[in-house]
Amino acid sequence: MSLTASPEQTPTGPPESDSGSPARRSARLGDRIFAGAALGAGLLIMVVLAGVFIFLLIQGVPGLSVDPSTYGQGFDNFWSYVAPLLFGTIFISILALIVAVPFALAVALFISHYAPRRLATPVAYVIDLLAAVPSVVYGLWGGRALAQALKPVINWLGDYLNWIPLFKGPASPNGQTALTAALVLGVMILPIITAISREVFAQTPRLNEEAAIGLGATRWEVIRLAVLPYAKSGVIAGIMLGLGRALGETMAVTMVYSSSPKFTLNIIGDTSPQTIAANIANNYSEATPDKQHVLIAAGLVLFAFTFAVNFIARWAIGRGERNLAR
Amino acid sequence: MKTSLRRAVVPGVAAIALAASLAACGDDNNNASDSSTGAAGGSVSGKLAAGGSSAQGSAQQAWMAAYQQQNSGVTISYDPVGSGAGRTSFESGAYPFAGSDAFIANPSDEYTKAKQQCGGADPIEVPDYISPIAVVFNLKGVDSLKLDAQTIAKIFNGQITKWNDPAIAQQNSGVTLPSTAIHTVHRSDDSGTTQNFTEYLSKAGSGAWKSPASQTWPSTNGLSGNGTSGVITSIKGGDGTIGYADASQAGGLGVASIKVGSSYNAPSADGAAAVVAASSLDPSATDNQLIYDVNRTDTSDGAYPLLLVSYLIACPTYSDANTASLVKGYLSYIVSQDGQKAGASNAGSAPLSSDVSDKATAIVAKIAAK
Repeated sequence: MSLTASPEQTPTGPPESDSGSPARRSARLGDRIFAGAALGAGLLIMVVLAGVFIFLLIQGVPGLSVDPSTYGQGFDNFWSYVAPLLFGTIFISILALIVAVPFALAVALFISHYAPRRLATPVAYVIDLLAAVPSVVYGLWGGRALAQALKPVINWLGDYLNWIPLFKGPASPNGQTALTAALVLGVMILPIITAISREVFAQTPRLNEEAAIGLGATRWEVIRLAVLPYAKSGVIAGIMLGLGRALGETMAVTMVYSSSPKFTLNIIGDTSPQTIAANIANNYSEATPDKQHVLIAAGLVLFAFTFAVNFIARWAIGRGERNLAR
Repeated sequence: MKTSLRRAVVPGVAAIALAASLAACGDDNNNASDSSTGAAGGSVSGKLAAGGSSAQGSAQQAWMAAYQQQNSGVTISYDPVGSGAGRTSFESGAYPFAGSDAFIANPSDEYTKAKQQCGGADPIEVPDYISPIAVVFNLKGVDSLKLDAQTIAKIFNGQITKWNDPAIAQQNSGVTLPSTAIHTVHRSDDSGTTQNFTEYLSKAGSGAWKSPASQTWPSTNGLSGNGTSGVITSIKGGDGTIGYADASQAGGLGVASIKVGSSYNAPSADGAAAVVAASSLDPSATDNQLIYDVNRTDTSDGAYPLLLVSYLIACPTYSDANTASLVKGYLSYIVSQDGQKAGASNAGSAPLSSDVSDKATAIVAKIAAK
């Protein structure tokens, strides 16, 4: 069994040009149409994004300066209202990444380098299926089944590991905690990170791997020396996509755990920090017009934050690629 | 792949289009036949799309079904989008009427907008749905509890933390209370149920509840659940939990009797309706409004003052004559004794007392075309 899937099939350069053949001329019109369509699609995305941004801006800005009583729960201005929510969003998303990333990378490596072909394909298929489960189903499963199943674990953490701030307790009686939500969210972003990682792992140049083997490297050393450095930027891109999903995920976090807008690191207690998306979903339907502006302004904050995260990630990846090319 | 997809999609789309056009034809036929024969409740026909309070959702289902059966040319839809969204849509003119767990206070921006939408006339606001709110709990070995409002307030504000606290024990002699920690469960979403529950605590709690009534739960402590079903799930999922929910949704959980005067009353439809009937109107009420300042400290026999009143909000005049007669017909049915009975049997709500029902009917009868 070879280490990589099928290096022979990987194209090593641009396909051979066939200019001069009679079919070429008629293909030119098709080329132009396709180029136009691709450009149009690209521009449309920009327009949609700009549209979302303008909507959030117009509807959200009035929410920055409404009567303080609109915020409720003792908050007296917009920033004190949104700060715990932004904290909650980041906190829960990072927890989800901590759960998902090691698993996703391990599964991706298993599929691309360890598993025999017969096993790799079905495993990859099943992982991809995870992405097809609707988030509301994850929400129901997490809030009812998983929460009940985790009760003993949560009690144990609260009894024996309560010196760690994350597990300070006292333990929630029904298991609907941020820990449960992080596990559910981790499962939800797992397929995204896995799919992208296994593609970049599989694209590692065969020569690099064979050179490492030739030097007497073990399989793990091959992965560490040849595969991981090559795949780094792709893996980071996958993680960022997963993070984006986690930041914006609404139904699962709304339904799984009991949340309030507060700063706490305790993830097994009665209540944990609420995310911006969950706050909007919870409160929009009963909101007065002023409160709706406040909620949309919170959405604007989430939009800006997600944008910044992606921007920084792009920059990091770009830098990584330049370093690799050097 | 592409062609096979198209092969699958195209007939499907065609079938849907065909079905829709057939259904439209069907509607037209019904309209024609019924407007000529004239069904019970007057010869109204047409479509009405409204929405609002989700608390009223299941009662509205029952009302729509019954009203459409009586008037087969009528199609009514009610979208339980939530009270706030319902009011916003009413004020913008998207809904001809709305259901809301809170009446539009006067004066306020919302009231001004609603008045503008109604062509300068005071909007109609009548109660249509009363539901007792139950204090529900899940405590191993305990099926029923007696609690006064002050104790409930202290439980929910965190002053009482154990089930065997003397404040609870002295009201429940004969019940063996465990030393389990109390975990309170509140609504994580803004809700009329929270508004009414906190209003009860602040007015009846003898000073133990400091925060004013609000749709948003005032504290960031305690368990929470999304919607009534989320609260019930949270309570069922853990021992030692206590929360509040529509009494009709309390199935399978322990329900506390609350202290009214010198006795303890379990949630009851009659008790809730009686409290509303005996309450005084809000001072801002105009002739078009039957808005109640619910008497949370009612001590009469059998009263149950922990309840939610939900309102219908409509305009006294509509520029379209058909809309006016539809809204008038449907709203009259809802607040009528028949409609209230249908709501009670389907949604577990408390029917309006005959006095309140008559007053609401008189107000709704004012609806007319401009």
